[in-house]
Amino acid sequence: MTRVSEHLNRALHDLMEADPRVHLLGEDISDPYGGAFKVTKGLSTRFGRRVRSTPLSEGAIAGIGAGLALAGDRAIVEIMFADFAALAFDQLVNFAAKSTAMYGRKVPVPLVVRCPSGGNRGYGPTHSQSPQKHFIGVPGLSLFEMTPFHDAGELFALMFALEQPCLFFEDKVLYTRRRYEDGVVDDLFRYELTDGVARVFVDGVTEPDCTLIVHGGMTHRALDAMRALLMEEDVACELLVPARLYPLPTLPGLDRARHVCVVEDGSEGGTWGAEVARVLHPRLWSTLRRPISLISAADSVIPAAPHLEREILVQSGRIRHAVAEVLS
Amino acid sequence: MVVTAPIPPCLRQPPSPPPREDLELLLLIRHFELTLLRLFEAGELSGTTHTCLGQEYIPVALSPLLHDDDFVLSNHRGHGHFLARYTEPHGLLAEIMGREGALCAGVGGSQHVYHRRFLSTGVQGESLPVAVGVALKLTETGALTCAYVGDGTWGEGAVYEALNMARLWKVPLLVVVENNGIAQSTPTSAQMAGSIAARAAAFDIPHHRVTSTEVGEIRAELAPLLGVVRGESRPLVVEFVTHRIGPHSKGDDTRTPEEIALAAAHDWYARYARDFPEHFAALDLAARERVERIAAEVAARPPSVWERP
Repeated sequence: MTRVSEHLNRALHDLMEADPRVHLLGEDISDPYGGAFKVTKGLSTRFGRRVRSTPLSEGAIAGIGAGLALAGDRAIVEIMFADFAALAFDQLVNFAAKSTAMYGRKVPVPLVVRCPSGGNRGYGPTHSQSPQKHFIGVPGLSLFEMTPFHDAGELFALMFALEQPCLFFEDKVLYTRRRYEDGVVDDLFRYELTDGVARVFVDGVTEPDCTLIVHGGMTHRALDAMRALLMEEDVACELLVPARLYPLPTLPGLDRARHVCVVEDGSEGGTWGAEVARVLHPRLWSTLRRPISLISAADSVIPAAPHLEREILVQSGRIRHAVAEVLS
Repeated sequence: MVVTAPIPPCLRQPPSPPPREDLELLLLIRHFELTLLRLFEAGELSGTTHTCLGQEYIPVALSPLLHDDDFVLSNHRGHGHFLARYTEPHGLLAEIMGREGALCAGVGGSQHVYHRRFLSTGVQGESLPVAVGVALKLTETGALTCAYVGDGTWGEGAVYEALNMARLWKVPLLVVVENNGIAQSTPTSAQMAGSIAARAAAFDIPHHRVTSTEVGEIRAELAPLLGVVRGESRPLVVEFVTHRIGPHSKGDDTRTPEEIALAAAHDWYARYARDFPEHFAALDLAARERVERIAAEVAARPPSVWERP
């Protein structure tokens, strides 16, 4: 069994071993600490000056990563908590993303900004957010998120191949979960990867009642809801988990979807789900039976106390009830 | 901190005109900028522009001190920086006018030019972290990264994040501060507490203040300091005490006539015209006519074409 954080760590080791152009910058990422979530453990020991623990300067390290990329190298920047990506907004939006196009020709900026995101760990309002929505729709900026299905090494390769800055969200609870392998989720569910999108399904069910679309960090809550819906309400769901969140890739299997529901941890309003619905509504207009449902966290700060936090963020029970209600 | 007193007037060389190629470059930049203001008044330019009138000598002085493999980062007031780095006025004017042959297809315009090893961008302070990244790559190659900023730029937090890492990691970064005493309309005294020298000192970064406007003197002062930046791979802040004799952009000068006259009193153009009239007049006329020809030629070109990536 491999935990997602261990898998990411191994992918970073492999990447830096294979490509001497890759630099890694971030706060407290060096050994023996190895990063707040231990994802960078062993890298500074092995790769020396290519791995730099930095001062608390999210904006500047994003800019330094862009500078290294402009100069012909490749950079991975770790923002300790995704919330702090706000401090790097100018560098990412006004420089790194724009530089790929504003000089009149394609300028490669191979830069990956890793952002540990999400709540359900009691870290409170400024260390628990899923701020993906704030970076959607920026020309030249792509958003990815780690999932329990995808190979992190392949995702790093894909992001660098785009030659444009990418934000890579990594859900903090997902770090602790195991990766799925060989097409098997558990006794009920199977999965396959199609064009970079994980599709999770019940063996033998070809026409699910509902298709859930989630980002990587929501996977387990969605699976819990799907299990309950199947066992207790006789509702069969399929789950789509794209690693690329923006621009949204083509999602498989939706032509036969009876209902589509997008679930996310971002707060309500101006959401990733709204972007997914924007892309899907014209495509599915003739086959959808009802509007796409959007489930997101409440329009609220994220409290620290676990009983309060649980109410604000999306839990499996809420997904289950929302799906059951709309289909009833 | 490096403390270098300006050369006392009694020890200065008797006035002699600057070398011909320096004066030609100074005059090219001067007439390029004046032409932009004229074109704006005639309604032939769109958007905005920031001219470096009065400050042309700074990039001209630095020009031979910079090597081919150095990387230059510039800002909103960057036409002089560009022309002193790469004397390609047709391409720059085409970029500003959105015409064929534009350096960046007319997408970047006046403030966003990336050509060979020159890159400008329009957000204050944004370039310094990028400069540290480029300089990291150049460390121990003998090349350096030169970043032009203004006095107003020092209001941005990014400057301090970048200086901190530049010093911690010992990167070959030359920060050129064009302190013209005014940030758009705000006098430096109203927007900066303390001094640039003290701020550099806080990061243990050497600071050198240049008060001369003579390119030869400036080069003599700076050549050994730049050698240290390259040889020992360490950052340096060079602060030029300079004067912007034109508006911030166009027609937006809120200074009093007295303040503008004070700035103009430092202008190299008037000084050379006065001190070396014959030598100056011929080169001045030639530069004026050259830029007029360039402007006419570029204005007649078809619009630039952008192939979106």
